[in-house]
Amino acid sequence: MSLTTIPDTLFVNARLVDPASGLDAPGSLLVSGGRIADHGGSLGQPDGATVIDCGGAVLAPGLVDLRAALGEPGAEYRETIESAAIAAAAGGITTVCALPDTQPALDDPALVQFLLRKGEATGSLSVLPYGAATKGCAGQELSEFGLLKEAGAIAFTDGGKAIANARTMRLALSYARAFGAFVVQHPEEPALAKGGAATEGEQATRMGLPGIPPAAEAMMVMRDIALARLTGGHVHFAHVSTAAALELIRGAKAEGLKVTCDTAPPYFDLNETAIGDFRTYAKLSPPLRREEDRLAVVAALADGTVDAIASDHQPADPDDKRLPFAQASAGGTGLATLLGITLARVHAGDLQLGTALALLTSRPAALLGIEAGRLERGAPADLVLFDLERAWKVEAGKLPGKAQNSPFDGRALEGRVLGTWKAGRRVFG
Amino acid sequence: MLPYPHRHLLALQGLEPPYIADLLDLAESYALLNRSGKTQRDLLKGRTLINLFFEDSTRTRTSFELAGKRLGADVINMSVSNSSVNKGETLLDTASTLNAMHCDLLVVRHAQSGAPALLSQKVDAAVINAGDGTHEHPTQALLDALTIRRRKGQLENLTVAICGDVLHSRVARSNIHLLLAMNCRVRLVGPPTLIPAEAGRLGVEVFHDMKAGLKDVDVVMMLRLQKERMAGGLVPSAREFFRFYGLDAAKLALAKPDAIVMHPGPMNRGVEIDSAIADDPVRSVIGEQVEMGVAVRMAVLDILSRNQRRNAR
Repeated sequence: MSLTTIPDTLFVNARLVDPASGLDAPGSLLVSGGRIADHGGSLGQPDGATVIDCGGAVLAPGLVDLRAALGEPGAEYRETIESAAIAAAAGGITTVCALPDTQPALDDPALVQFLLRKGEATGSLSVLPYGAATKGCAGQELSEFGLLKEAGAIAFTDGGKAIANARTMRLALSYARAFGAFVVQHPEEPALAKGGAATEGEQATRMGLPGIPPAAEAMMVMRDIALARLTGGHVHFAHVSTAAALELIRGAKAEGLKVTCDTAPPYFDLNETAIGDFRTYAKLSPPLRREEDRLAVVAALADGTVDAIASDHQPADPDDKRLPFAQASAGGTGLATLLGITLARVHAGDLQLGTALALLTSRPAALLGIEAGRLERGAPADLVLFDLERAWKVEAGKLPGKAQNSPFDGRALEGRVLGTWKAGRRVFG
Repeated sequence: MLPYPHRHLLALQGLEPPYIADLLDLAESYALLNRSGKTQRDLLKGRTLINLFFEDSTRTRTSFELAGKRLGADVINMSVSNSSVNKGETLLDTASTLNAMHCDLLVVRHAQSGAPALLSQKVDAAVINAGDGTHEHPTQALLDALTIRRRKGQLENLTVAICGDVLHSRVARSNIHLLLAMNCRVRLVGPPTLIPAEAGRLGVEVFHDMKAGLKDVDVVMMLRLQKERMAGGLVPSAREFFRFYGLDAAKLALAKPDAIVMHPGPMNRGVEIDSAIADDPVRSVIGEQVEMGVAVRMAVLDILSRNQRRNAR
């Protein structure tokens, strides 16, 4: 279906929230030709327009997810772009950045184009692939940043693997400047994390699990901040989870360095006790942390240190998880729960609604330099409509999409997506 | 005696003191029975006990085998080779195989922490953890407690030093939980590289100087130091370890004059314990530990099968 054949849609009786402009007011929004034509207190109804009565629910920009593994290519038994798109639509996500540590890794322009096409084919989700920072995400030789960027790579990373070698990271940060790209680091010193299954401390000690010291994160952040200072490059730290790392990032930002970061819902909603009874669905990378760290992540969301909340979606199939804890694969699904878990912080009084939504829409969009993430005349009509109060329960096995390994299994939430629109077309609800 | 509140014996963490005391009382009676040469072969008659060992063990497996046979169970030993252990499906495939065999009591040893707990979710049998990774080894701690109680006349209010490679020791973890539940003071003694993170938060005292750690203790519990720890750089050499953390007469002299010496076996003589101490008939209770092992395992099998019978009714 081409965009021009979509009839105009008029959303009425909505609570319009646009974090970029600070708008939070009742009103209507008109979509025409796949873009936002107008919004305001009350709009006239054009002929033939579909009218959607929002019943006072929140109408906001579709979510922009900075970080998700989508299973393709190579792990289609866990997730496909098609199945991820279903989960994303149900979660109100309309743009997602796909991690490149696939099989094969996204270190070739043709693979980047393949992912872009796969995303377009869904009709509901823009897939923005990361390029592999190093060939094969092996951490040795830089991949072809220029050619990958031309092909559509949004930025560069080795995904769930840290770029461990300091010289390689220095070169990546330096070389990426030529193409205006940033480099995403999984901040974890591999020598300290090797073999670890949980955060080192009382919980891991009791369970007899090999630990990863929280300092493994802070050390890598400290090193890469020094490299950002050295090179003038832009480093982005993914799924930051410790107080110490956040404090370093806060300092680097104050210094004016090009340092940004995201975190993911598990790190502000759960702590390490979630792995009790050897619950492998709560085995993540980085591992769930102590309560003090969780509280520090919440504070960093509120004070702006964190630039975005990403789903950090890591699909697994049952056999990846039905293993003794240390052998089970790390990672949890996150697309369908990204908004709900974030809204839990709003309900708890830790975040304003606008602040929370900015972390899910305008701020990641600004980081990526894309036009999504705003309720602005002329912007793509990527929209999410959600009821801030409606209760639901996360149930692994009943989640949209393929992968079911949610660390939030059993979690009761308030705030449910009622509908999702991609370029003016309804894709969920 | 209180009915034991669980279907399995997976860990001692969280097990309330009255249940521990009951298990020890019952084990004590089995110890007396064993010494008298009598048996109770009708208790588990017609029941199947499977020893499922994913890790090599002679001592523990034999002890469970003997315990099962003395109570009249049909005992089968299954050793699963290391090559197939690595496949996760194998563990759960094994569970369905065991269900098809109508196994009643399943004794599991596995190199991974939490493996028996995972199996227990999938099998119909009562699962007994015979050692999982670096997590727990409940029957070892129970037999240690029984040995202490017999030698000291009580279990409460003693000071026990657990020495050596605590980091990798499931025996230490189970002992910590049991001894703290029974109001003992527990000290961990070892180099910082072999003491688990935040061990102090478990309620124990940590010593890196063995002489200070052994001062006035009632019980010295030594742990096995595996040779791989040297290769992993956690300890520079066996001789250095023995010099500072091996139990010899000079260090033992700091403990109470009647302090007993324990070791879960198998021992590395000259690494964590001097032969003269290990073989000292007055101080060393290592032989009695083995004897109590059979009695404790009889008690555990008895109590879990009582639960099964009660649930069947």
